[in-house]
Amino acid sequence: MARVRPGEAANPAPPTVQRVRVRFAKRGRLRFLSHRDVARSFERAVRRAAVPVAHSHGFSPHPRLSWIGAAPTGSASEAEYVEIGLTRPVDPADLAAALDAALPAGLDVLDAVVAEGKGLADRIDASRWRVELPGVRSADLAAALDALLATDSLVVERVTPSGRRNIDVRAALVRAEVGGAGPGDAPVDTVPPDGHPGAGPTCAIMTAVVRQTTPAVRPDDVLGALDVVAGLRPPAPAKATRMAQGLLDHRGALADPLGSDRVTTRG
Amino acid sequence: MFADLEPLLPRVSKPVQYVGGELNAQLKDWESAAVRWALMYPDAYEVGLPNQGVMILYEVLNERADALAERCYAVWPDLEALMREHAVPAFTVDGHRPLGAFDLLGVSFATELGYTNLLTALDLAGIPLHAVDRTDEHPVVVAGGHAAFNPEPIADFVDVAALGDGEEVVGEITDVVRDWKAQGRPGGRAELLARLAAHDGCYVPSMYEVEYAPDGGIAAVRPREGAPVSVTKRTTSDLDSWPYPKAPLVPLAETVHERASVEIFRGCTRGCRFCQAGMITRPVRERSLRGIGEMVDAAVRASGFDEVGLLSLSSADHSEIAEITKGLADRYEGTNTGLSLPSTRVDAFNIDLANEISRNGRRSGLTFAPEGGSERIRRVINKMVSEDDLIRTVSEAFAQGWKQVKLYFMCGLPTEEDEDVLEIAGMAHRVIQAGRAASGRNDVRCTISIGGFVPKPHTPFQWAAQAHPDVVDERLRKLRDAVNSNRKLGRNIGMRYHDGRPSLIEGLLARGDRRVGRVIERVWREGGRFDGWSEHFSYDRWTAAARAELEPLGVSLEWFTTRERDRDEVLPWDHLDSGLDRDWLWDDWQDALSGTEQDDCRWTPCFDCGVCPSTGTDIEVGPSGTTLIPLTVVGGVGRGPTDGGASAGG
Ligand code: SF4
Repeated sequence: MARVRPGEAANPAPPTVQRVRVRFAKRGRLRFLSHRDVARSFERAVRRAAVPVAHSHGFSPHPRLSWIGAAPTGSASEAEYVEIGLTRPVDPADLAAALDAALPAGLDVLDAVVAEGKGLADRIDASRWRVELPGVRSADLAAALDALLATDSLVVERVTPSGRRNIDVRAALVRAEVGGAGPGDAPVDTVPPDGHPGAGPTCAIMTAVVRQTTPAVRPDDVLGALDVVAGLRPPAPAKATRMAQGLLDHRGALADPLGSDRVTTRG
Repeated sequence: MFADLEPLLPRVSKPVQYVGGELNAQLKDWESAAVRWALMYPDAYEVGLPNQGVMILYEVLNERADALAERCYAVWPDLEALMREHAVPAFTVDGHRPLGAFDLLGVSFATELGYTNLLTALDLAGIPLHAVDRTDEHPVVVAGGHAAFNPEPIADFVDVAALGDGEEVVGEITDVVRDWKAQGRPGGRAELLARLAAHDGCYVPSMYEVEYAPDGGIAAVRPREGAPVSVTKRTTSDLDSWPYPKAPLVPLAETVHERASVEIFRGCTRGCRFCQAGMITRPVRERSLRGIGEMVDAAVRASGFDEVGLLSLSSADHSEIAEITKGLADRYEGTNTGLSLPSTRVDAFNIDLANEISRNGRRSGLTFAPEGGSERIRRVINKMVSEDDLIRTVSEAFAQGWKQVKLYFMCGLPTEEDEDVLEIAGMAHRVIQAGRAASGRNDVRCTISIGGFVPKPHTPFQWAAQAHPDVVDERLRKLRDAVNSNRKLGRNIGMRYHDGRPSLIEGLLARGDRRVGRVIERVWREGGRFDGWSEHFSYDRWTAAARAELEPLGVSLEWFTTRERDRDEVLPWDHLDSGLDRDWLWDDWQDALSGTEQDDCRWTPCFDCGVCPSTGTDIEVGPSGTTLIPLTVVGGVGRGPTDGGASAGG
């Protein structure tokens, strides 16, 4: 089998003239996508949607997609970001619609703006997570969170492909509370929409704001810390969703990383 | 039942393979369909998802208003253990419905090494392993694919084997099941199977009685009342009217083939005597130039893949291949859509094609398949290529800028001696010398890839003795020494071969009869899974199970594999008709032994292999008189009305 992809050594790739920042969600069953899986889906979607994406040079050119800290495999997200380099200016709303149509259901484009000013990475230093804990009572979660927040430092161990690493969960934890983060979310026990079997009808919700660190503190690490400080062990796997990413303000809220671009674009 | 599965997924590796929801996946309303198929590829998702056969049947069935089809793949042992612990049944990835809820479970066997995975799926689904124990409540288990041409080793586990091309027969099976259900299931499962047995291309093993002779062989295979004496394979004609898959599935997880595939023709009459695929898919049926062009365009648009493979058993043999490759290379020039062409023909034309599809790309590696090391053995296997042809061809390739050639060979062929294999070393040395001379560079490379030969049913070698893996391993060890005997040349030569022992088990499963089913079941009960994967395959488990199950019956692993058969022996698959005339096969086997070659009926007169008359088909080759309609990528994001054309460089 002769297998050669046409390269562009003879005719160098056209330059990037515009960059668009896209916010997208990873939902439902597709929360099990790894970052590599997400990236492959996007590479195919830009081709399918005929987005004029810029390519790297060389014999195996790849589309210019820059990723910002991906949610781990198994976590859903309402706030993932990618920046796309383009060879021709486009209307970001058109791009969002075309890309969304070309992606599998569950990878959903939420917003797109023309990139201006500071890089995306400089606009994100924390994430807000919503974690469903089937089979856990809110009161028990609240007690465990109190215990965790009362410490100065709480180190958990994570096994990574490159070995064991110690992670200070408490140091990265900005806020954590029972219940959803929205004003209407009361800290009561709710039934999960898809009812985990054997977990009982109870399902506590935790909202946590976690500062970006290296290595990143993930929802699993926070749960690990709750086990260490208070012996809290959910009887069924927890389900985490990243609700937002952005810059932390003094109240512990997150500023929309696309906000300033949108103002620039429309102003 | 996704809710039952979901809590298990965070605990297994690569959970994304179990969630479905791929681009172009389909999920039909359960109640809307009178007949429901689960289609299984009995290997891991990464291997099974790209399978063309499953993709084609999935679309063909889902296009019917009265049917639906959902897919499933083998689950890895980590998930299997959790499913058993939590009583989660085998499921489809589309609707996450239990396999047991479907009317039919279609399983596509590209290789015999998937048999143990069938048993895992049946067991996890709560479907009795043995067909005789199933009731009206259980799905009808249908085996298809190349391995179904001898389904005897899995005869106890399947209800039906569908022989040959599946496009039409799946619809007909659907009709039979629909009518039987609509009539209130008269006569129960037994009548349904009897109706299917009367249907062309459907073999129902339970309707045949096998009687064994005192010498261990088969005395007779007797059809029960109503079943035909022999079952003939199905053949799809006019590929242009079957442009499937129209919208290829785009995997979410990484798979072995990250590309769209378009089948440019089916069948092959080159007559390589070792090649079961070539023998059982006759005659040659080409898709037209225009049909191919349309399918490639549709596949790229529907999938977003950046590569399209032009598939067939020997793609350079399409009568319009030069126009196809040039036309497609023109169409996609300057885009990032690449083409690939599986062809291993040893001639200059093959290099022209490779040059065409790699126009702007890097000329990395070309593959040729002489298959046999010596001229003599190549006459035995009917692979007509001389060493001088090969050297001329590779010189040409190196002169045109290709840096590496890969050569495919087989070891353990009938009549093979050490010398036949050792000649591969001399050939590889000459390749390096010729490459250096032609390219003026020292760093040309040659990789020799060697597979162990497994005799397969419905080929002239179905009577041959399989070489024992110890013999093969010893020959390859000598070959390695011979390659390295000249260090200056040897260091530019790579050698790849796998452990020969799985080949012996593949041989048992390929040419076994119903008694081999006990071996499969025992291996499975003792933990055998994923036998196509070296890290899961256990040779010792197979040999121990073969000893325990076969020897009390007076036969053995060796009896099924390393023993040559004579003309009169009843072969387990003799009542299954691939169209090939048994006498022609025997004569071809005798020709092999005397080193007599056989031409290709596409460019020489018909040599009466029997396929065309017995299956009522004809060779369908071009020129088709059609043209490749030029297509350009239009539309797309941010493109003005005057801004047409596909060129990314413009
Ligand atoms: S019957 Fe004749 S024409 Fe048909 S495949 Fe066989 S040899 Fe070729």
